[in-house]
This record gives sequence, C-alpha cells and structure tokens, in this order.
Amino acid sequence: MYEGAVQDLIDELGRLPGVGPKSAQRIAFHLLAADAADVRRLADALLEVKARVRFCEVCGNVAESERCRVCLDPRRSDEVICVVEEPKDVVAIERTREFRGRYHVLGGAINPIENVGPDDLRIKELLGRLADGRVQEVILATDPNVEGEATATYLARLMVPMGVTVSRLASGLPVGGDLEYADEVTLGRAFEGRRVVGR
Amino acid sequence: MPTRVGGAGDNGAVPLYRDDAIVLRTQKLGEADRIVTLLTRENGKVRGVAKGVRRTSSRFGARLEPFMVVDVQLHVGRSLDTVTQVETIGPYARPICDDYGLYTAGAPMLEAADRLVDAEREPAVQQFWLLSGALRALAGRDHAPSLVLDSYLLRALSVAGWAPSFTDCARCGAPGPHHSFSVATGGAVCARCRPPGSPAPAPETFALLAALLTGDWAVADVADQRHRREASGLVAAYAQYYLERTLRSLRHVDRTVPVPAHRPDLEA
Ligand SMILES: [Zn+2]
Ligand SMILES: [Zn+2]
Repeated sequence: MYEGAVQDLIDELGRLPGVGPKSAQRIAFHLLAADAADVRRLADALLEVKARVRFCEVCGNVAESERCRVCLDPRRSDEVICVVEEPKDVVAIERTREFRGRYHVLGGAINPIENVGPDDLRIKELLGRLADGRVQEVILATDPNVEGEATATYLARLMVPMGVTVSRLASGLPVGGDLEYADEVTLGRAFEGRRVVGR
Repeated sequence: MPTRVGGAGDNGAVPLYRDDAIVLRTQKLGEADRIVTLLTRENGKVRGVAKGVRRTSSRFGARLEPFMVVDVQLHVGRSLDTVTQVETIGPYARPICDDYGLYTAGAPMLEAADRLVDAEREPAVQQFWLLSGALRALAGRDHAPSLVLDSYLLRALSVAGWAPSFTDCARCGAPGPHHSFSVATGGAVCARCRPPGSPAPAPETFALLAALLTGDWAVADVADQRHRREASGLVAAYAQYYLERTLRSLRHVDRTVPVPAHRPDLEA
C-alpha cells in the first residue's frame, strides 16, 4: 500500500477493464514520472470525452449529439437493424462496408454470473424500434461466445413472434472469439452468409 | 500433484500436466487472452491463461468456453498456468447457449461450483463428477432444467458437508415426515425443534426435495409446477444460507417457458 493520492490512483486504474493490480501500479508510477503537460493532456481527454460524447438516444452507439452518425445518415436503410454488444462492434462492422442498415447497441451480453440479465441491457429500446413495422430484418451480431450466443437465443425468442425476420451471423467466426477481433474479410463473409433463425 | 507428461528437460520431466476439466468461467485478459477458471478432476480448481483465444485464428477458443468439459494440458507457471492443448470431452456449451432456459439454469451451477471449491489446487473429485454429470443432463434435456439445477445444488452442498434432511428432523433425528422447514437447522424439523416462523411446505414439496437429493428422477419428473416452484425457493434459500453469499445468477433463472420433458420415443 502507498500513501493516499498514489494509492487512490492505483485503485482507480485497477478498476479499468484488463488492468490488473501490477499494471495499475506500473501506469501510476509512469504518470508520476511523466511531464505535467502530458498528464494534463490525458486528464483533459478523459474529461472531454465524458463532457462531449454520449450515447445515441436511438441506438445506444457513441454520439456527439442526440443521435449518432449512423442514425443521422439519410442514405442508410431503416429496414434492417444489426444488434451488437458494444459500440466498438459498430466500428468493426462498419470497416467491412457490408452493412448499410442501422444498429442497436445492447451495452453488453446476458451474463447471469456477472449479474447481467435482460433488464440490464437495452432490449426494451430494441423492441420499441420494431413497433412501427418498418423494420423487416434484425441481424444478431453479438459476440460468438457463450454469453453472446445465449443473448442471441433470448432475443430471437422475443422477436420472432413479432413478425420480423431474425438472422444470426454465419459461422466462420470461431466461437469463443470477440467480434472486434474478426478481420474485415471474415466478418464480411459472416454477414453475407448470415442464416435466418426465424421469421 | 500434477501428472507429469513427456520426458524432456533437465530433471527428466517438463512442467506440464494434463487433466479433465470443466470450464467454470472466463475473464478477458489484456488484448486477446482469457483467464479460464477450471474445475479439474485431479487438481481441483485451477486458473490458467488461454493465450490468443479471443482472436479469430485461435484453434481452441471454442473449447474453452463456460460449460465445456475438456481434456486440457497446462504448462506450470509462476502464478497462473498456461493452457497449451485442449480436446473436447463434453461439448455442452452449444446446446446450453442455444436454449435460454438451459443457459440460465446452468449459470448458477457453475457459480456454485466455483464457490464451493474454494481453494485452488485442492482435489475435489466428487464435485467434478457431480458437475459434469449435471451439465450432461442439462445439455441432453434429460429433465426440466430447473430440476437439474436444484438437484445439483442439493447434492453439491451435501458433498461440501452441508447435507440437508428432508424426512427425519434435521436437529433431533426424530423420524419424519415433518411439516416444517428450517434452512438454518438443515431442512425438515419436528414440532418440538421447529424454530418460530418456520415455513410449512406442502408434503409433495418435501417428497420432491428428497427425490432431488437422492436423484430419484421417477418421482422428480412428475412433480407439478407448484411444488417445483416451492422446492426451488427452498433450495435457493438453503444454498444462499450455506454459501454465506447470494448466488448472483440464481435470480436470472428463466422460469417462464417450461421446456418439454425429454421424449426418447421421439428421437431419431
Ligand atoms: Zn444511433
Ligand atoms: Zn426434532
């Protein structure tokens, strides 16, 4: 344990995803040794992102106004919604240039052991977007691992009776992986070869 | 002790060991790795690093998902061991995550096992067999998922030393059946031992709990919904009490859509 301010910083860094206690300590001491101007730039960037960036009120993607760039783009189709776990998955799919519809970001996957249930995700908002009958197809692009697959299973069970075509990204994405690490070619193929799970 | 494999190295053995294992949970580590928590047959609970499994090129990412039963080889490390080979024994992840009822019934089983086998590297062979059998029954739809879950919880707690009694009085041993149930006392309680405020479940619920504890599926499978629900509530209370912390996943168990009973006569 260190004195107050240093320990506080280590504790805060340690709460970041993928940062263990050792990494937190290393980053903290790196910052202690760094130029004040460099540290200020980092602190400003952190505050700036919290002040300026928010979540799109329609799809949950990151946005700099009430709606995100995808939702504001009039050239995109309102008939297809691609459901993903995180905003970074939107970035991965946009890279493929295969998809010209809209997105819906759930904010995670159903993971009972981590105490994340359906009510903790933006599922009600998704169902709300299907209400006016314009959406013809929902593509489930949750991560190809147990939590993502189970979330897709749950969503298909909810949406198929609503009269919308529900499809899932084709295999070719190995199970166990993260969507964000799929290369453009694999992900693009997974889109083209998506299979209908119910309509 | 790890089973030594191979013959290379200075002292005639490489620091590798091989074991059967159930994947209890995975956590992201760094850019593309995961930490996998395994319940092994010989070595108890082990945490290992699976390198690169979140990348699309990984050969064994799919085999190191929760609910999988695998034959795994690990390389001994200073703090965490590293997974070097994985072969599938029980491919239960796919059927379980393709059915939301199975998924939400299976999660508390993994969470309970993780909690009950507290210390790492202490053999817990009975817990291994109990969980792998329960996952096989769940994935195979042998019984309703909530029954498989409740039976597993009762038996896993028993193995851990907290065996309930559902017939004789849990305090004085007076032969049952009795009318009251006390979680803190350990199950059924007679009129004299009954702590004030103990609930009085239906006799059929007591019979169902006893059947779940002993694996008497002929009785359990025909229990009606009302008694299943009452039994689940008591099992949950019992598990929470003896695990001393809530099983977080229990509140997410999907009890809305009953899964049809296993029908061997309909199988190809
Ligand atoms: Zn949007
Ligand atoms: Zn008594």
